[in-house]
Amino acid sequence: MHTDHQLALKSLRYRRGVLQAIKHAGAGHTGGSLSCVDILNVLYNRVLKISPATFSDPHRDRYVQSKGHSVEALFVVLAERGFFPAAELDTLCQYRSHFVGHPTRKIPGVEQNTGALGHGLPICTGMAIGGKLDAADFRVFTLLGDGELAEGSNWEAAMAAAHYKLDNLTAIVDCNTLQITGRTHEVMSTEPLTEKFAAFGWAVRNVDGHDFAALTSALSAPLEPGKPSAIIACTIKGRGVSFMEDKVKWHHGVPNDDEYVRALAELDAAIAKQEALG
Amino acid sequence: MYSDAAKQTAARLGLKPGRANLEEFADTLLALARADRNVLAVTSDSRGSGKLGPFGQALPQQIVELGIAEQNLVGVAAGLASVGKTVFAVSPACFLTARSLEQIKNDVAYSDNPVNLVGISAGVSYGALGTTHHSLHDFAVLRAINNLTIVVPADNYETREAVRAAAAHGKPAYLRFGKAALYTLPGEVTAPFALGKARVLREGNDVAFLATGETVIHALLAAAHLETTANLQCRVVSLPTLKPLDPTAVLAAARECRAVITAEEHMVNGGLGEAVAGVIAQAGLGTRFKIVGIPDEYTVTGSQADIFRHYGISMEGLAQTAREVLRST
Repeated sequence: MHTDHQLALKSLRYRRGVLQAIKHAGAGHTGGSLSCVDILNVLYNRVLKISPATFSDPHRDRYVQSKGHSVEALFVVLAERGFFPAAELDTLCQYRSHFVGHPTRKIPGVEQNTGALGHGLPICTGMAIGGKLDAADFRVFTLLGDGELAEGSNWEAAMAAAHYKLDNLTAIVDCNTLQITGRTHEVMSTEPLTEKFAAFGWAVRNVDGHDFAALTSALSAPLEPGKPSAIIACTIKGRGVSFMEDKVKWHHGVPNDDEYVRALAELDAAIAKQEALG
Repeated sequence: MYSDAAKQTAARLGLKPGRANLEEFADTLLALARADRNVLAVTSDSRGSGKLGPFGQALPQQIVELGIAEQNLVGVAAGLASVGKTVFAVSPACFLTARSLEQIKNDVAYSDNPVNLVGISAGVSYGALGTTHHSLHDFAVLRAINNLTIVVPADNYETREAVRAAAAHGKPAYLRFGKAALYTLPGEVTAPFALGKARVLREGNDVAFLATGETVIHALLAAAHLETTANLQCRVVSLPTLKPLDPTAVLAAARECRAVITAEEHMVNGGLGEAVAGVIAQAGLGTRFKIVGIPDEYTVTGSQADIFRHYGISMEGLAQTAREVLRST
């Protein structure tokens, strides 16, 4: 298993890749991609039984990115995991590219097309029911945004997942507390999330969404037999670039040339510092 | 549903009374599911209206109940299909194709999860329950979604074949069923059902009736009525697959007949009639043409039969429309 040091380096490089992809495309969801990088890092490098060679295996784990707008983080991680050459990301959002600005099954490693919010949890509930019917051992994961939880379809699925005792299902909330208009609690209060999921019959754990050990512990096994797992991951939107952190303007802000140079310099310095620790 | 004269015409044609397409659907699905445990019915508190009570009793492990939550119904169905299940998601057409339209567009069609969406008690089957329970928009909205086959069976035979074909199809589909008992149409041998194919049920070159679903029987009766009352030979084409539409049958009708009349249990906007018109017009044909359906208004209150009769979807109404279209030369 990768060490925390190795994951830390990967996350820094993923963040660099996210910014490169967005700068190159001239569009993208910067803040939310940066907030979920560490979650995807732990999923793809420590938890998910998924690889390019076994992606068509019906026993693979399933990951559906319900907050599809953070697609740059997903694409960067999939490229690093060998699903496709990283250079292909240069075509992101370009004319006739397969790399659409939201997850698409045209890209190897993408499980479902997403982008409209409130769709991942129902789909994953269906996958998990299917797994239970077949007594299959795969697990199903979805990543939700905290703003996304205003979509009612999430709560229809939350009810069904508990009803069917889907302990093979884990929903991770990338709780970065910002959405396009502003603070999530000002746009539409979705809190208290812990109590809401618990009241719906889920096992819930709150973690620091940038803490590899805490994420690994929360994601490595279902929290409780007979209940779906909700992991409320407390994150910082724009994480890893000082001037992007916790700023709503970076929801889908694209760095100008100066900002881009400064952001990469910060990340490169962090990479050098992390490498020195190894 | 039928006037005495229409019943007499049906008897003269030797048509046998059948049952509701919904009942035929439920029995066909149960037979498929008994033979394959991967065949699932997914319901939104709709097993009663879907005639799936016996299915639920016989195969409780193969029915997934999701409660009154149609968005989740379709999302869950997509997830089940993605892990290899042959899924029939069964819900009243009015709710299935409106409330969960985004799930149909994205989770089923765009993600290419081979769900069979089953719209039950479709069109104006719910009659006097009113507009909330009518689905007169479903053809229009679903035709505008890529990667979705739309199947609208006209009788028990088309229903049986459509359900079997959908189960084997492996692609997203929408099947639409009503709950009125239907006559069994001719043509099982001469015009067998196939997805994407029109079925010519009666030959003739005066007027061509192109119809789909529960309106086909009325077109057939009108054709027979016009033969005896006006010595007109009218063609009747059932179009059980609304999308992809069979252009060959449409163009043959437009080229070979003096007029084309479409009939559908749907608003005249965006349904069969406009689909047929598009084929005819883009071929450069100027065949006389009339769309019969529900006009752009909230329907009159009444049973399905009342509503059909009110808007001319009946033997008498369609025969009258044919005479008017031919007179308008």
